[in-house]
Amino acid sequence: MNNLVSLVVFLGSFLPGPIAMAQPEMADTMRSEGKIYVVVVILLIIFFGLIGYLVVLDRKVTRIEKKLPVNKG
Amino acid sequence: MKTWLKITAVILLTYTIIGGLLFSVPRLNIINETIRALYFHVPMWFGMVVLFCISTINAVHYLRKPSLDRDINSVEFANTGLLLGMLGIFTGMVWANYTWGSPWHGDPKQNGAAISLLVYLAYFVLRGSIENEDQRARLSAVYNIFAFAAMIPLIFIIPRMTSSMHPGSGGNPGFNMYDLDSRMRMVFYPSVVGWILLGIWIATLRIRVRKINEKLIELENE
Repeated sequence: MNNLVSLVVFLGSFLPGPIAMAQPEMADTMRSEGKIYVVVVILLIIFFGLIGYLVVLDRKVTRIEKKLPVNKG
Repeated sequence: MKTWLKITAVILLTYTIIGGLLFSVPRLNIINETIRALYFHVPMWFGMVVLFCISTINAVHYLRKPSLDRDINSVEFANTGLLLGMLGIFTGMVWANYTWGSPWHGDPKQNGAAISLLVYLAYFVLRGSIENEDQRARLSAVYNIFAFAAMIPLIFIIPRMTSSMHPGSGGNPGFNMYDLDSRMRMVFYPSVVGWILLGIWIATLRIRVRKINEKLIELENE
């Protein structure tokens, strides 16, 4: 029985990464390829922050435009 | 500017950031991963040229039929175009530092771009130096046309006639400089359109603020 278990473990060690269950790492997408995904997320946060700012500014201008009297078409 | 155009800009630029950093690119020596800068550096110039073009069209319209609105359009599009041009110069300097060896290489295209930015800066100096509104609008509209006409040879013609470190020197880069890499085009073109739309959005916002300002001055005078 013990021999059988060690045989299975021995054969299992030849299997590629995920099946061998060697590392307990999780959320691997965010850590793979030199953690480039983290940079993508940071850039997206900055980009959406700026866009959000622009949208707020846009609405503010629209509100002020509506307050102005329209005497000239 | 229509809302759907603004949304299109945001979608295209989001796609550019994700695709630009993650999609596969050609493996080349020296430039390595910096080839991805193409997705962000070059669209700045496309955006600048388009905004300057709109500015000049408004200047021509102004001279044909003077109106305050056209003058405001002309200034604010030039203003936003200048912003994109500055970002283009600075991103180019960072890129050049790590691929050509120094931030300022005296490359014909680099120099030409810098000169045309100075020409456009002089446009704002000119505007700032004239008190009379009509005179300011008329003179700056004439100068605007000159500035646009000067930019074309500085950026598009001279660098192609001499040896430049930018792609496509001594010939027409067309769109072959990416070595017909269709993967890169899939990100590059959306990026160009996205940045142009974002530039127009910012310009229109500036125009609206200026028009509100003019309206308030008008109300005060009554």
